[in-house]
Amino acid sequence: MKGSGQLGALALCFLTVSLLAFGGVNAVIPEMHRQAVDVAQWMTDRQFVSLYALAQAAPGPNVMVVTLIGWHVAGFAGALVATAAMMGPSVALTFVAFRLWSYFRHRPWLEAIQNGLTPVTVGLVSSSAFLLARTSDHGILAYLLTAATAALTYWTGLNPLWVFGAAACLGGFGLL
Amino acid sequence: MTDLSLPPAAAPPPAPNLRELFLSFMLVAAMGFAGVLPWARRMIVERRRWLTESEFLDLLALCQFLPGPNVCNLSIAVGARFRGVKGSAAAFLGITFLPFVIVIILGALYEGYGGNPAVTGALLGVSASAAGMILAMAARLAQPLLARRPGKALPVMILVFAAIALLNLPLLWVIAAAIPLSIGISWWRRG
Repeated sequence: MKGSGQLGALALCFLTVSLLAFGGVNAVIPEMHRQAVDVAQWMTDRQFVSLYALAQAAPGPNVMVVTLIGWHVAGFAGALVATAAMMGPSVALTFVAFRLWSYFRHRPWLEAIQNGLTPVTVGLVSSSAFLLARTSDHGILAYLLTAATAALTYWTGLNPLWVFGAAACLGGFGLL
Repeated sequence: MTDLSLPPAAAPPPAPNLRELFLSFMLVAAMGFAGVLPWARRMIVERRRWLTESEFLDLLALCQFLPGPNVCNLSIAVGARFRGVKGSAAAFLGITFLPFVIVIILGALYEGYGGNPAVTGALLGVSASAAGMILAMAARLAQPLLARRPGKALPVMILVFAAIALLNLPLLWVIAAAIPLSIGISWWRRG
């Protein structure tokens, strides 16, 4: 049956992504795109970007893009399976790690691991920015919008919600 | 503002029960447009005073160090700290339940109106803007590393970026190669 096959594929995809998401969801956008658009061909570039934007516009953790991908692929069951697969492994790991945290938080090797992880996270997060810009910026105005948001959030710490609102208006009137 | 006049040694509030954990994290999720973490800090440290600033930062360090959605990890750790497994479950359901329902409604609306050019245009605008927000996030993470030890951090950043963004390689391979390499560099040249 096509439906149950899709559920299995969703589960497999997000179970691995969950444990690879060093730096959170914004570190694994290219991998989700690769899986959903290139490998499984669940959606087009444009649909992926739209689902990502929908999740950004909704309140709550940005991991909800996974719920939307699941919903798009296999309806409510897909949304549940994708969300559970994305959350389950990392949540279980966090629970165990929290219990052990007092034992290992001051070990010298922990600092080496943390220092080693951060450059990897920077590479992953900047790849996510690159992928989103590549798939959603088709004109000079869109590139300017990306650059302006980057500058505003980096230098002023402005809540990106205001920028998102303005960006949605620009795009809604067909200016991008 | 009257809080400021309280004596600093005021007794910490009692540990939250399951209902308080669930409702507080639900409130955080409902207010957390474009970034839940600042709202989580405000609620946990300032409003409810469940944790001090340094206790909060310590837990956050753990959650950002582990893979997975940071805010969901945080709900697990905060819940576990006060009420064990049940506390984790309550806080986690609190942070995920409402957003889950909301995105499903949005997803259903998108299936209906996604073909409308104004809707696709607006979403394109949001994602172009989100690309900038994520770029700023990467810059903020990179800035202290590049200031302190550029020789160690920069090659790894560039390699990972090239492998993922330019070559579109599977994340599993990249992580399996980059993390041991990067940790090795930082261990070997520590101190």
